[in-house]
Amino acid sequence: MTFTTKSLLPWLVLLLPLTSAGVITLFTRRRQNISALISVAAVLGSFTFSCVIFGKNDISAAEFSWIDIHGVFTVPLAFVLDDLSKLMLLVVSGVGSLIHIYSLGYMRDDEGKSRYFAALSLFMFAMLGIVLANNFVMMFIFWELVGFTSYVLIGHWFERDAAADAAKKAFLTTRIGDFGFMIGILMVWMATGSVVFDDIVAHLSKITSNPGYLTIVAILIFCGAVGKSAQFPLHVWLPDAMEGPTPVSALIHAATMVAAGVYLLVRVAFLIQASQTALLVIAWIGTITALLGALMATQQSDIKRILAYSTISQLGYMFMAVGLASNEAAMFHLFTHAFFKALLFLAAGSVIVTLHHEQDIWKMGGLAKKLRITFATFAVGALALVGCPPFSGFFSKDAILALAYERNMSIFVIGLTTAFLTAFYISRAVMVAFLGKPRSDAARAGKESPLVMIIPLLILALFALIAGLESVAQHFLVVPHEKESVFTVPALALVALILGVGIATWLYRNRERDPLHLNLVRRRFYIDEFYEWLIGATQELLARIAAFFDRWIIDAGAVRGTSGGMFGLGAFLRLFQVGNLQAYAFLFGLGIVALIYFTIFR
Amino acid sequence: MVTLGDYLIVSGTLVTIGFAGVMVRRNIIIILMALELMLNAANLSLVAFSRFHVDPSGAPNYNAQVFVFFVITVAAAEVAVGLAIVVALFRLRQTTHVEDITSLKF
Amino acid sequence: MSVFLFWIFALMMLVFGVAVVINRNPVASALSLVVSFLALAALFMSLDAYFIGIIQVLVYAGAIMVLFLFIIMLLDLRAEELRKINWVASAGGLAVALALMVQIFAVIGRFSLAKQTFPSLARSTSDDVHRIGLLLFDNYNLPFQIIGVVILVATIGAVMLSRRETR
Repeated sequence: MTFTTKSLLPWLVLLLPLTSAGVITLFTRRRQNISALISVAAVLGSFTFSCVIFGKNDISAAEFSWIDIHGVFTVPLAFVLDDLSKLMLLVVSGVGSLIHIYSLGYMRDDEGKSRYFAALSLFMFAMLGIVLANNFVMMFIFWELVGFTSYVLIGHWFERDAAADAAKKAFLTTRIGDFGFMIGILMVWMATGSVVFDDIVAHLSKITSNPGYLTIVAILIFCGAVGKSAQFPLHVWLPDAMEGPTPVSALIHAATMVAAGVYLLVRVAFLIQASQTALLVIAWIGTITALLGALMATQQSDIKRILAYSTISQLGYMFMAVGLASNEAAMFHLFTHAFFKALLFLAAGSVIVTLHHEQDIWKMGGLAKKLRITFATFAVGALALVGCPPFSGFFSKDAILALAYERNMSIFVIGLTTAFLTAFYISRAVMVAFLGKPRSDAARAGKESPLVMIIPLLILALFALIAGLESVAQHFLVVPHEKESVFTVPALALVALILGVGIATWLYRNRERDPLHLNLVRRRFYIDEFYEWLIGATQELLARIAAFFDRWIIDAGAVRGTSGGMFGLGAFLRLFQVGNLQAYAFLFGLGIVALIYFTIFR
Repeated sequence: MVTLGDYLIVSGTLVTIGFAGVMVRRNIIIILMALELMLNAANLSLVAFSRFHVDPSGAPNYNAQVFVFFVITVAAAEVAVGLAIVVALFRLRQTTHVEDITSLKF
Repeated sequence: MSVFLFWIFALMMLVFGVAVVINRNPVASALSLVVSFLALAALFMSLDAYFIGIIQVLVYAGAIMVLFLFIIMLLDLRAEELRKINWVASAGGLAVALALMVQIFAVIGRFSLAKQTFPSLARSTSDDVHRIGLLLFDNYNLPFQIIGVVILVATIGAVMLSRRETR
């Protein structure tokens, strides 16, 4: 193969962050600032090359073969460079660069800066790997690596118990999903003999000919997405992951890693869309997650957790779109969501750092006057989130709702309700955190954040504003078009929006405390408690079984059984040692008779 | 005419009688005598076969009779030693009753 | 004629063999055994095994039984008192003996050559001593010498075992 600049470019995109991580870990641990700059430079380099790649129409990357057991198992190290992955490259490296720059300001006083930037670079490497992988095994390796770096980053302030526990929880929960994913990959390989996406497409009939098998495979691969993208029932790790630094939450848990699940499903759409059952399952899980996330967000008082549940809910929307068999809508929403959610998180981070790491919205208030730009950008992000035209969120959410209206009315209703709830909770957050009067000293003393943090906010706000417009979006992806005859969908969505904003404003205007106390929702439907009980109960059961086995089967059975058996056998054999001559002769004679019988008469 | 089978049946019966004697009697001397009966039964059988297998020159096959010679000799040696043991045992235990000698009982 | 004689001697042997086993008096047992041996010697003679027959009388009846009688006299054995008979053990023993007999008869029954009479001998058959002697010293010389050693060992053993433990 020829190594042209064209074919090596994707490799550069992938390997720059890795090199940065390596250099930081090996050489510049002590020099925190230099580590930070190296990391930022690397990711900017990746972004630049991603832009170049995006511009080129036909580009193929150099391919290396890694595992090659002929005919049985082949895993190449190769990239897939179609429109989808080029778009994702841009999003990931673009948003990633902005967040790296933001981190320069946010983590300015942190002691583990080198560690942080090394992990951040490693994460970029892994995420880009997922996007670029052209076969299941390679993707899975990077998938796991992303999970690992997420663990490292969530637990960045590991001296805090809560952070360490949250990191463990994230890793273990996503691991459960990954297990299903792995089995799905194995089943695909078993049926088609290959793990490379193109080959699987070629041999697709081997799987689709067996509908049951196909459904199981699709659902197993979906399991991996459920874990990584925090869908119900594996959503429990995402809110806890907010223990990590805010830029981390923005990058990993809003814009990129959690979107990896959606990307996976879109990448293997040829598999998923062949099974109606799997699609239905995906759509419903997405819908339920969307609803649950929105519900749980309405009662949180930690601003980051509100945004976390919002992420869960928006991801639910994306999965809803995938389940309704429209990859374009899902990718569109992923695209817009990356911008406005990252924006929201970074703005929240700006607030947090100014208030000396205060995260409770009931201790904020009146920040609109003090942190003008932060407030403005947060507002832009909020408007995009609720789907207010002409912000980007309006178009992408509208696409999904129209899809649901077309294809599954019950999902549409729930989606609409969720839109209402979305408007409600984000307005609540804006009302309580930014408007009204300051409720604590820190809030009173707040001032605007430094420029290095403001600029990414502004850039993201710009994208949150325009990314939805068709004139802009069409350069990046295929904008979904539903039948234009439905004006009802946007109308209904706007109604939901206005209702949500209105009720939230009326409820939360000028309040000192939260007037609503919905325990069920506030305690997040007791799902965490349920899991804790479940794990405890399972462990107890297993321990009991092991103890029983050890006490009765090994101790009493094997050990004492053997010794008892020996005693018994000995006691029995003792009966033959009578000391009586004629008894011996009797046995002797018996033996002779038997011997003669067996040799002569048999 | 007497057939080979007749001799063999007689020999077999004698063996059984001797074996029954070993099993049933309690006096060790009698047991030894019954043992001798068994050995003689074997001798009878051997001699019968020796007479039966006649080689082309018209003489019986004397190999079996040499065997009988050896059996008799060994029986003699065995009785000598056995009775010496009985004598030593009698000096110790004052009894020839088999059931009184149970030192080997576990 | 020879059939008649055969059965007389055979019966004598068997009856006196039973007498050996049944008698309570050890001397009576020994004497029954002697008679049994004599009958057996007669049977040997009828089989043209003159040497063996004479040896049977000389060694068995003459030496071994004498030894038995000497020991009985030495140990001053009286007639056995009746002790409690262990019926179970006796029955078991008899059962085994009977089983053995049945098996032997079955084997003989199956034996194809059993029905045949003895082939006739070519010439004068009283040179069996000569023949046996030749076999003994030619073909079986080594076992012969070993037998000599066995007897020596037996003698020494008998002397050692029956010594009084004095000094």
